[in-house]
Amino acid sequence: MAKVPLTFTLNDAEIGVFVVPGSNLLDVLRRGAGDLTPKEGCAQGACGACTVLIDGVPHLSCLTLAEMAEGRRISTTGGLAVGPELHPLQTAFMEGFAAQCGFCTAGMLMSAKALLDQTPNPTRDQVIEAISGNLCRCTGYEPIVDAILTAAAKMQGRTA
Amino acid sequence: MTTVEFRKDLFADERDDTLHEIGKPTIRQDILGHVTGRTPYFDDHLFDGLLHMRAVRSPHHHARIRNIDTSRAAVMPGVRRVVTARDVPVNLNTLLSLINFGRDDEPLCAHDKVRFLGETVAWIIADTERQARDAVAQVRVDYDPLPHVLDVEEALKPGAPLVNEVYPNNTFDYHGKYDHQKLRFGDVNAAFARADHIVEAEYQMSPIEQAPIETCGAIAAPEQNGRYVCHTNTQALFFSLGTTAKLLDMASSRLHFIGGTSGGGFGGKVDSIVEPTAVLGAVLTGRPVRFTWDRYEEMQVGAPRGGERWRIKDGVMADGSIIAREFTGFFDSGAYMRLSPYAIIKAAGHLPGPYSIPNIAANVFCVVTNRTPATAMRGFGITAADFAIECHMDRVSEVTGVDPIALRLKNAYRDGDMKAHRRVAKNTALIECCQVAAGKAGWPLSADLAAMTSLGGGQGDRALIPETATDEEGRIGERRAGRAPDTAPSKRPTGRVAAGQAGQAVVAVPVQNEDMQIEVDRIGHAIAASHGAPVASPAPTYARQAIAPQRTGADIVPPRPAAPPQAAPVAASRAAPPAYAPPSQQAAPSAYAPPPAAPTPPASPQAAPPAEKPYQPDRPFSRGVRKPGTSPFLSGTRRR
Repeated sequence: MAKVPLTFTLNDAEIGVFVVPGSNLLDVLRRGAGDLTPKEGCAQGACGACTVLIDGVPHLSCLTLAEMAEGRRISTTGGLAVGPELHPLQTAFMEGFAAQCGFCTAGMLMSAKALLDQTPNPTRDQVIEAISGNLCRCTGYEPIVDAILTAAAKMQGRTA
Repeated sequence: MTTVEFRKDLFADERDDTLHEIGKPTIRQDILGHVTGRTPYFDDHLFDGLLHMRAVRSPHHHARIRNIDTSRAAVMPGVRRVVTARDVPVNLNTLLSLINFGRDDEPLCAHDKVRFLGETVAWIIADTERQARDAVAQVRVDYDPLPHVLDVEEALKPGAPLVNEVYPNNTFDYHGKYDHQKLRFGDVNAAFARADHIVEAEYQMSPIEQAPIETCGAIAAPEQNGRYVCHTNTQALFFSLGTTAKLLDMASSRLHFIGGTSGGGFGGKVDSIVEPTAVLGAVLTGRPVRFTWDRYEEMQVGAPRGGERWRIKDGVMADGSIIAREFTGFFDSGAYMRLSPYAIIKAAGHLPGPYSIPNIAANVFCVVTNRTPATAMRGFGITAADFAIECHMDRVSEVTGVDPIALRLKNAYRDGDMKAHRRVAKNTALIECCQVAAGKAGWPLSADLAAMTSLGGGQGDRALIPETATDEEGRIGERRAGRAPDTAPSKRPTGRVAAGQAGQAVVAVPVQNEDMQIEVDRIGHAIAASHGAPVASPAPTYARQAIAPQRTGADIVPPRPAAPPQAAPVAASRAAPPAYAPPSQQAAPSAYAPPPAAPTPPASPQAAPPAEKPYQPDRPFSRGVRKPGTSPFLSGTRRR
């Protein structure tokens, strides 16, 4: 099948790739654009490890047709830190022991970032709702929820 | 935030530390990689020209394979290679053969029949995963469905479908001859006879999938030096390397295995299946090959914690003292053994849980069924037994009316107690845990219970091995082919083993000496084979097999001599090196004496009367092929 050109913005970088029509966005990000931070856990939209933001909105990239990303702005965990400067969410996950094997972490961070971008002062219930599409098998959700609340507070200049 | 309270006052004089680090937050050494997404998992290694491998899987629980037609699949777009069992150089293995445990019972790719739903019958290697999936759908396998068995006790009935010809009784044979793992301590029957209450119940734990977020997978690629690199998320890198070397008949020095962070494991990534498969693909294509399970495969084909069924019978006095406990356990191993027999040995060592009960009997069966093979999973062998034991403690509490915490405290083990597997309990803490839990829950405890301690009370009689009832003729658990197993331990005690202390009791059991003898034979044999010395019995070799002729139980099960293995003649015919020389016959006296008039602890082996007439089974217990030198790829030989 003839490949088609696809251009999008990935974490502020302009990306142009050729993709097989029908490819999913996750494969294109990982193998086409070389951003390995989104992970494939189930390839059926159940685990959330592949979560990326398309124009700021969380999407399951394994269920997103790559061609739908044409001209859009895609954010992944690979672009969360600015140079050596970690995002407050990353710091909070580190200090709060909010990851063990780390496989769900990139997706968790993306869901959390989408929440905090829209809702800088979320309630605990809002945090739980925001990560309800992200499965974690090791850590347990409490440290993750705590870390997100800690990061929100820090970004607002207060303590959780 | 949950807070953890540390009771550093407990056992403070037993420790030489002050728990400086425990309870303090610490930052994981690998977490910076996790939060930046830079941690490399196996699938984050990019290779040019990567090929994708997918398995053709059985839709049947149990079926004979009549024919596999891959002709249509082979010409599908993007297909590079169709792989079947005849491409696997040594298509028979068992995971623990690397430590000389068990018999090879599992092919990497089924060829004569499939034994569980989802078993591999072929693979397709293609340019893209999509193309591989499309081609998998075009493989035509002609099956002849066979009756299957999915329940452990159904599998043990005479006439049950024979699942795995290597284990003709549908059970693992412990020490090469027993159809279950047995534990005997004291005399449960005598205790049941004087107990005020008998409490019996059955508990079933279902299989549990480990369900890591990252599924099992590996990428293998040829290196430029005749070696193959394999990036894998295995939890057992050297098991995977040794297994791959064995299955592919390849020197382990040609395998360059790179592990690293795995995206969750929980025991489900020890089975060493994806690694040999991916390396095989790389060998056959000369290209990098990625073989990874999708979520469906992870759930259906990935080995879970095996289901376990436990029956517990307790003899309890009115005050809540448990004086006897009897277990019958069935561990569902699935179609192949993998780690299940080991899990049962672990379980038998754990019984009867953290309690001191003077009379224990257990028969635990490792059963082959047509379910997905079971493997490691978070405390496997212990968890389900504990689930059953603690449920049963509550049931005993209900029957006797003794408070559940008081019941546990009253029966809790203490430092110095002799456990049923002949080891002295130490560093016990159940009493203190119960006291703290009761305090937290506001559960009232009487003054004497609140003052109880694990540190005292475990001496005297509690430190001794009691006189122990055995089965007929002092034998344990030998099963005759075609006969239903004996699942009721209490019905057959006849002999006695005198009371004693740990070291002596172990020496005094001739059956165990016999087991050791068999092990020595086996290991001596293995060493002889690996040194090229002549061996007395024909050594089965790893055939570079194409699809093997149809196997039957008969042709792989040599008849066993009717006489029990005797040390001297067997040993004399083998070139066993001195380090593994069997103990002389005189050093293996029998302690299976008739019941002595009075217990005379500690038993003296020399004083024990000679064994009764040699045991003659009416039909020999069938044994499968015993592989000498289970792994030619490891240097040295280790006892388990």
